[in-house]
Amino acid sequence: MKDFWATLSRNRLALAGGVVVVCLAALAILAPTLAPWDPNRPDVKKILASPSRAHLLGTDQLGRDVFSRMLYGSRVSLAVGFVSVGIAAAIGIVLGSLAGYNGGMVDAFVMRLVDLMLVFPRFFLLLAVLAFLTPSIWTIMAVIGLTGWMGVTRLVRAEFLSLKEREFVVWSQNVGATGFRVIWRHILPNALAPVLVAMTLGIPAAILTESGLSFLGIGVPPPHATWGNILNEGKETIEIGWWLSVYPGLAILVTVLSYNLLGEGIRDALDPRLRQTGGRFVPRSG
Amino acid sequence: MLWYVLRRLLLAIPLLIGITFISFLVIHLAPGDPMDFQTGELSTDSSAQAKQMLRKQYGLDKPLPVQYWNWLTRLARLDFGRSFAPDGRPVLQKIAERLPITLLLNVIEMAIILIVAVPIGVFSATRQYSRFDKATTIFVFVGFATPDFWFALLLMMAFGTYLGWPISGLRDTNWEYLSFWRQQWDFLSHLFLPITVATFGGLAGFSRYMRQSMLEVVRQDYIQSARAKGLAERVVIGKHALRNAMLPIVTILGLSLPGLIGGSVIVESIFAIPGMGQLMVQSVFQRDYPVIMGNLVIVSTLTLIANLLADVAYGLVDPRIRLGGRRRA
Repeated sequence: MKDFWATLSRNRLALAGGVVVVCLAALAILAPTLAPWDPNRPDVKKILASPSRAHLLGTDQLGRDVFSRMLYGSRVSLAVGFVSVGIAAAIGIVLGSLAGYNGGMVDAFVMRLVDLMLVFPRFFLLLAVLAFLTPSIWTIMAVIGLTGWMGVTRLVRAEFLSLKEREFVVWSQNVGATGFRVIWRHILPNALAPVLVAMTLGIPAAILTESGLSFLGIGVPPPHATWGNILNEGKETIEIGWWLSVYPGLAILVTVLSYNLLGEGIRDALDPRLRQTGGRFVPRSG
Repeated sequence: MLWYVLRRLLLAIPLLIGITFISFLVIHLAPGDPMDFQTGELSTDSSAQAKQMLRKQYGLDKPLPVQYWNWLTRLARLDFGRSFAPDGRPVLQKIAERLPITLLLNVIEMAIILIVAVPIGVFSATRQYSRFDKATTIFVFVGFATPDFWFALLLMMAFGTYLGWPISGLRDTNWEYLSFWRQQWDFLSHLFLPITVATFGGLAGFSRYMRQSMLEVVRQDYIQSARAKGLAERVVIGKHALRNAMLPIVTILGLSLPGLIGGSVIVESIFAIPGMGQLMVQSVFQRDYPVIMGNLVIVSTLTLIANLLADVAYGLVDPRIRLGGRRRA
């Protein structure tokens, strides 16, 4: 553990990413106190006002303050990121443990299921599912989570396959521990490191997906302010209100970048071996 | 080799059935009665009508296994039903006229990604930690983090608003009156921005992967011996190392296909390109369920086929894979 912090604190990019991640969380939590305006209050006198001292990032086509809306939007983005990754990780851990521990038919079935889910282009699947559901922030979280567990499943399974041969696991099985106990107490705690990394890298991916859906107008429904929603509205007035299109996108970019830097930093610090194989390829917003 | 291809084909069959099964589940997602779906902005009148049509097309009053079987047999005959849109055309026809555009875009995309990413990866690997390598690393991280729709908006602002480039559709309004070469030029200029956006993210990923793969290969003994026997560095890298470093890229290309194809949803709807992605978004807004389901099944089946081709290609270029596969079987 000491090694971990030492390695991580030497990685300046990861540290910078971590600082931004913490700041973003603080901004999101403090949004109600920090926001200078009510994010949903229209002002007909100030429609599409360019950035000024009163409205730091300008106003939108209803005269709402973009800065305040973006602050509130960060809450949605982060909440969607965390909850959907939580759902994905929970599913992935359960299925991955079952597959890796039991092997045989269970393993074959779970891995086929993973292959199957990976065949669907994600955006097409998301759109199809969302077409049948009532749009809300909870549906978005659930749907992103339910379509994003395959990576974690594979990771956990791989960890289980190697860990279950180790002496301490074989020993606890021999002294009569139940399968559940062996999985829960002995194998899982040792398999969590790569899951943590996958989760840190999954949050920005989920944020990108959510903002993409909201940008298409199929994500979190208005009047919720989200970065994707603001961009969606901004594209209508792109010739007049550049600030509507530039700032929310920049916010997404910075957020995703920081989480990625932090995630890769954690990965390198946890296990330098992973650096070799672990070039990751998250098919972006697909 | 034949064995290897046959094995791959056999493995694809359960996946194909799985695709239909998951798609079938999607129809039954709506909580409670599958018919009580949210009708969005449709009037209650037309939603009642849509319910009627859906009930009829899918026979939703019958038991689930019967419904699934009926749906499967219709799919086997490539019968995806008729669109709910006012034109009421067969779904297959609607998709067929949009499929070539999406395929064309994706093929161009992949070609560009490979042509550009491979040299970038090779250069940054052979000159590790050089200025070029550092610059590409920054590009990779930023490329990963840039939302493609935002990048598209910025490009539209820069090229469309200020430079007057075409930013929507595939053809100019006066296309018919242009000379042959002008028509080609017009088509290309319409493709330029969408392709740029679509390749951007993939480029970042693939150049990273190529670099990684190259770095691993360069450390191998056979590269040492190639150097030791006095081959020019150009030959060592360009021939011996490159060929081996390309192998994993073939797999990754196959794996990233769903992502690339999924990306066409956003690119096509921003740039108003009449492909499958745009059709998908439009039908979600119109609650055109038959088109949504048809789209989902066809797109994922195509991805499956493309994955299969990538597998076969991998077997062709790497004998270890196909021989290993037979021994295990």
